[in-house]
Order: sequence, then C-alpha cells, then structure tokens
Amino acid sequence: MTDDAPLLEVANLRVAFPTRTGMAEAVRGVSFTLGREKLGIVGESGSGKSMTGRSILRLVPPPGRVAADRLAFRGEDLLAASPRRMRDIRGRRIAMVMQDPKYSLNPVMTVGRQIAEAYRVHSHAGAAEAKRRALEMLAAVRIRDPERVYERYPHEVSGGMGQRIMIAMMLIPDPDLLIADEPTSALDVTVQMQVLAILDDLCSQRGMGMIFVSHDLNLVASFCDRILIMYAGRVVESCRASELHAATHPYTRGLLASLPRIDEPPGDLPVLSRDPAWLEG
Amino acid sequence: MMIDIRDLRVRFGQGADAVTAVDGVTLSVREGESFGLVGESGSGKSTVLRAVSGLNDEWTGRIAVAGTEQGPKRPKGFYKLCQMVFQDPYGSLHPRHTVDRILAEPIAIHGLGDADARIVRVLRDVGLGPAFRFRYPHQLSGGQRQRVAIARALVLEPRVLLLDEPTSALDVSVQAEILNLLRRLRAEHGLTLVLVTHNLAVVANLCDRLAVMNRGRLVEEMTVEELRQGAAREPYTLQLLRASRGYDRATAESFRDYA
Repeated sequence: MTDDAPLLEVANLRVAFPTRTGMAEAVRGVSFTLGREKLGIVGESGSGKSMTGRSILRLVPPPGRVAADRLAFRGEDLLAASPRRMRDIRGRRIAMVMQDPKYSLNPVMTVGRQIAEAYRVHSHAGAAEAKRRALEMLAAVRIRDPERVYERYPHEVSGGMGQRIMIAMMLIPDPDLLIADEPTSALDVTVQMQVLAILDDLCSQRGMGMIFVSHDLNLVASFCDRILIMYAGRVVESCRASELHAATHPYTRGLLASLPRIDEPPGDLPVLSRDPAWLEG
Repeated sequence: MMIDIRDLRVRFGQGADAVTAVDGVTLSVREGESFGLVGESGSGKSTVLRAVSGLNDEWTGRIAVAGTEQGPKRPKGFYKLCQMVFQDPYGSLHPRHTVDRILAEPIAIHGLGDADARIVRVLRDVGLGPAFRFRYPHQLSGGQRQRVAIARALVLEPRVLLLDEPTSALDVSVQAEILNLLRRLRAEHGLTLVLVTHNLAVVANLCDRLAVMNRGRLVEEMTVEELRQGAAREPYTLQLLRASRGYDRATAESFRDYA
C-alpha cells in the first residue's frame, strides 16, 4: 500500500434491513473517497448518515445487510476481511467515537484502566507502559489533572470530560481514521468547541483522516474540509465546507434556510417542502 | 406582570451534599411577552421553569402568576391558566393512549365539557387534521408528536405556555415548523411564552426578551434586539454568543469557566 492511496474508498454502498413489507434500504448507493482530511456527513434523522459510518467498521447489526461495489481501507477490501482481521482493524486502524459517553464507557471500571486496556489490546504493552501512555493521552485531550482523573469512575466525571476520555481511548492506538458520530451533540456549546479543537489538533498533528457525522450544518461547515449532504439514504450534494452557503441542491438550500439565525429579525422560517424527486437524486 | 419571580432559590439534597440549583433569581415577564431563559446544562434554567409550573415544590422566594401569589402546591385552577410543553415528545405522551384520549383527559379533569368540539378545534389549531385524532403516538413523527404535546397544553386555553427545550429533540426542518406554529399560536391566542433553551438562535427567532443564566444565577437580561447586535454586557454572555457562531480554533482556545 502506498501512502498516496486514498485512506478510504466507498463505492455504491447499500445498507438494507428486512421488514414485514420487504427490504427497507437505509443507505442507497453512497460513494466517496477520503484522504487525510475532515469529511462531514450531514443529514436529518433517518438520512442514513450513521449507518454509513457504522458500515465502514462492519458494525451494522444483523439482520441488516451491507453491500458495496467497493469498500476499501488503504486498498484492503473490508467486506472480504475475516472477523479476526476486522477486530485488528477496529480500534487499531479505524476508531469510532459515539454521541454519548454515558453509554459508551464501562460504568464499573475506572476511566484510566479503560484507556490503558484499549492500548494493551492493540500493542501488547506491559501494565506500567500502558498506564504511562494512558496518562499522556489524558493530558493530550487537555485533562488538567490526569493522575486524579485516571482513578475516577465514569459517573464521577462531567459529560464534556467523559467525551474527552472517550476520545483519549479511541486515539491511544493511533488509528489512521476516526469516525465520529455526533461526538459533541450531547455537550454544551463552549465544551463542544473545546472538544472539537482537540479533535482538530489531533487530526493535523497525526495526519489522521476523520469522518464527522452530524445533523448540525453550521458546525460541520465551520469544522470540516468537505461535506456530503445525505437525504433518504443518498448523497444529494457534496461540496467544500467553505462553500456550503453556495450549495445548489434544493434540499440543502431548504435546510440552510430553515435554520434560525441570531442576526436575523424574528419571523416565520421557510419550511422545507420535500420533493419526491429528491429520493432519486 | 404575568409572571413575577423574586429571589427564587432551589436546593436539592441534604447537608454536605446539598446543591443550590437556583441561587436568588429575580425576573418578571409581561402579559403577552415571549421570554427566553438561556443557559448551559446545570445553569438552573429548567429548574426555574419547573418551580413556576408547580412541578417542583422545594423552593423559597416569591412566585406570582397573573397577579396571584403561588405556594408550593397549586390549586387546579392554576393549571387551567398555565401549561407546560416538554423537550422530548417521545417521552411526554402516553404510548398506549390515542391522541383523542391524551387530549380528552385535561378537558375531563377540569370539567370543561364539549370535549368533542374542543379536540377537533385544538387539532386544527396545531396544524393536525381530524385524521390524527385516533392515532397512537408511535404512529406519529417527532414533529407531529410535539404538535400533540402543544395541543394538550393548549386545549385548556391557558394564558401562559411554559416551554422546556421544545425543539431540541427535532430535526432542523421540523424545528422551523414548530417555531412558526408557536409564533402563530402566540399571536392568535395572546399567549405569554416562557421558553427555556440552550439555543440562542431559537430565542432570537421567537422571543422579545431574554435572561442568561449560569450556575444558578441570572447573569444578565437583554432584549432580543440587543442580542442580535451582539450588545451583551457580561463576558459570560459574550462567550456564549461566540460559541454559537460555529467552530473557530482560536475562539475555542479563548474559552474559560465563569463561576
């Protein structure tokens, strides 16, 4: 694998779930490639944005089915990888941060041990070395007193700190790609910005690629390099984040218009009228 | 004054574990006004609302609604005057009751009579046709459920509507519909609105005036016009305004904790 091969290639990705009335397609032919950049995937609930993120790690729960013409990480076919190979890739090469640290952390284990464990699983380092690395990582996500936080249980830390701990745990094996699914949506705005700054720095320092799944258009536009806008399982538009305001698809334009803005006078907001043609576009 | 709050204090817990959630808040809302109460989690904004609504009876200070001094327990008539809408329309509607039964209950409790006509009228009012009357919550989208929750509050024809993050659980396109609905209802029924939210843009869209809270205290009060011009006086409010403008590496670095 050469270093200029794209980090991730996705072609015609489809995710479907069986229902009483036949297969329901959550993702319907999504294609993109990802380099060492921050790619935002934006959409409303049910757009398939989270399923797109999960299917890369083959984390779509059965009976859901994932198919793609190509799903490759640094040239390696992920759909053909053995379960054993996938366990190597998950965490070590591709990591994932979910929305709410309350449900992602083990409640009966100190946060330090959880982070150290994440390191030992992938590096076979000794306990002392793992602890040292875990403390370094806590410092890297700007936790002021790593020694003290190391001994805490998840219920003893705030939401913002919990999410930093999750990020520390996900980044300690030094992955090439981070999939972050609404990583800051449960946090207050100021804490959200601080956590994003940490992710931003870690991306640029380590040359890591990132897929940032979010419903928040303005946040993605200000944080990512490039954006895919999803609607009903398809990518309806992709653009540079800095050019989101010039988006052309009526769905994207409708979403942008429906956002209230601090600097606009009060008054009725334009309401999105959904065009059936968007389902095919 | 429709709502007058003086030196409101709310404490949770006992002894050393006691937490002061609301620490001496004084504010008033005029009749017909739309007032925003803004803050981050733990600021006490929802606790103020719950004390006003009668959901929390462990408070000290003075709360008057429509000129009547309120005690910890509220008489039935209070709820005819003042109703509340909650954040999560998935949790706030009884899953085994039809929309009809959800709306009929407050009418029966208050002995208003003429339930049939009231239900049809209030459903039309919130933009749901009569077809929705005999559906269950799980047959409705999030936005439709929030319309039912608003209808349930409105069916008693209250003068005050207390709204706790009414659009935070909804997609932005649905949020726009609910904000437009609340604006229309306020105009048509002359409602007084108190809106608790963390979202400054929602306040800018729906409110006339707002108060910013942090750690149980009221930081400052301002008009929405001042908010729009960024004319906040307190550094905490200015930081909140900067954070609402989206991600910026340098701005994120400048954030600090305000006690």
